[in-house]
Amino acid sequence: MIVPLNDAIRDLVRDGDTVALEGFTHLIPHAAGHELARQGKRELTLVRMTPDIVYDQLIGIGCARKLVFSWGGNPGVGSLHRFRDAVENAWPLELELEEHSHAGMAAAYAAGAANLPFGLLRGYRGGDLPAHTRVETVTCPFTGEELAAVPSHRPDVGIIHAQQADRRGNVQLWGILGVQKEAVLAASRAIVTVEEIVDEIELRPGGIVLPSWVVDAVSLAPGGAHPSYAHGYSDRDNDFYVGWDEVSRDRDRFRAWMQRHVLDTADVAEYHASLAAEMTAA
Amino acid sequence: MSANGDGGFSADEMMAVEAARRLADGTVCFVGIGLPSLAANLARRTHAPNCVLVYESGTIGAKPTRLPLSIGDGELAETADAVVSVPEMFAYWLQGGRIDVGFLGAAQIDRHGNLNSTVIGDYGAPKVRLPGGGGAPEIATGARDIFVMLRQTPRAFVERLDFTTSVGDRVRVVVTDLGILEPREGELTLVAVHRGVEVDDVRSATGWDLRIAPEMKTTEPPSDAELSALRALETKGHT
Repeated sequence: MIVPLNDAIRDLVRDGDTVALEGFTHLIPHAAGHELARQGKRELTLVRMTPDIVYDQLIGIGCARKLVFSWGGNPGVGSLHRFRDAVENAWPLELELEEHSHAGMAAAYAAGAANLPFGLLRGYRGGDLPAHTRVETVTCPFTGEELAAVPSHRPDVGIIHAQQADRRGNVQLWGILGVQKEAVLAASRAIVTVEEIVDEIELRPGGIVLPSWVVDAVSLAPGGAHPSYAHGYSDRDNDFYVGWDEVSRDRDRFRAWMQRHVLDTADVAEYHASLAAEMTAA
Repeated sequence: MSANGDGGFSADEMMAVEAARRLADGTVCFVGIGLPSLAANLARRTHAPNCVLVYESGTIGAKPTRLPLSIGDGELAETADAVVSVPEMFAYWLQGGRIDVGFLGAAQIDRHGNLNSTVIGDYGAPKVRLPGGGGAPEIATGARDIFVMLRQTPRAFVERLDFTTSVGDRVRVVVTDLGILEPREGELTLVAVHRGVEVDDVRSATGWDLRIAPEMKTTEPPSDAELSALRALETKGHT
């Protein structure tokens, strides 16, 4: 149940899998994403509402074949350059897109968690997106209203970061909760990285608990959300998001960065040490 | 050309102030990062202290003391009246009809207020791949009124969008660095210019033959109170 992250990723993620690393600006599972890159996972279909830096890294390093998403930017900063390079120039690989709106993605996750074939919403009206994505119209049997149907998300693996787990593998997260509960419950297998392992979970205001029996592996990864944050444990590293714009703009600089801080490090502790060493040298 | 110049304030500040002035006290606003967040926070610090700020990350009634860099900044959750999940935010709160004003920006706008934040060029082989719609498609049809904030250039104000991300049916006002546009008989019409801006400046910054309202107004420059509230937010923030 509680296993090292590299074991969890090795045993539960296969090449070609559909993988959802969720986290809506908060609790983004960067450490798990980095482990996917280290292990050279390939041909993944990556699902996420807001593919920001961690998906930029996975796309740029060649792990992804397809992206299912609703907003692909660097929040508060601008473009994701590796994502753009993949879409505009097929570098390093061609990237297939399945694009939705936030409301559509959220409905698709909730439907997946509820074991329903599609999510239902009043959405996708009037724009060009329906011509380019998987959305259909259904008619309400009671009122005749036409509504949008999006196929549910049923990822092979759901991966999230949380604040705490207890020794039996029950997980608690609090603060901005995003769509993480739905991502775990919609997935066939679930991996949770946590800031801390505690003897006993004390319920926090606004906290939710995922019982151990809906999670396949819990791995300790303190600071594993960086540059995102874990409410109560760390602050968002806003400078990193701003700095990523420069690092990711150039293919060689991006690859050198990934080599030094991700591929040549063993785990999240070494990743943080590597970033700190670079700061000291600068 | 823009509302920059000798007034001692920037075009962005003029835009934020004009948008803020249009938010009545108690308005429930769905805000994004950047100018909309600045405008809604400014309204809350000036004439509309009961303005409710809803960020799509799930924070309802957020009261940040500094401008957040992202919609998920911890301070938004710490100061919110309620924090809900993202599926709940879109289903119960936006689709549920509980949002008065939704702010949108975009890379392109047309004369009907339709917006593009998806691609420049062809969708299948884009010249520029933009981040995409995010919440915009359903904000545009789920909020009662839509406010658009956008710098006015011929590249942004186009005859024909490269892609329609969201529809303009509920766009009530477009605040630009040059002036104010409102829909009249289904078409965006210039109704006001900022001080120092000529109507011809706005025409030449628009990629279609812009309709001009017969009764042209000039917006009031930011007051001292507005500017100092704005700068207090900006200096504490990142943007």
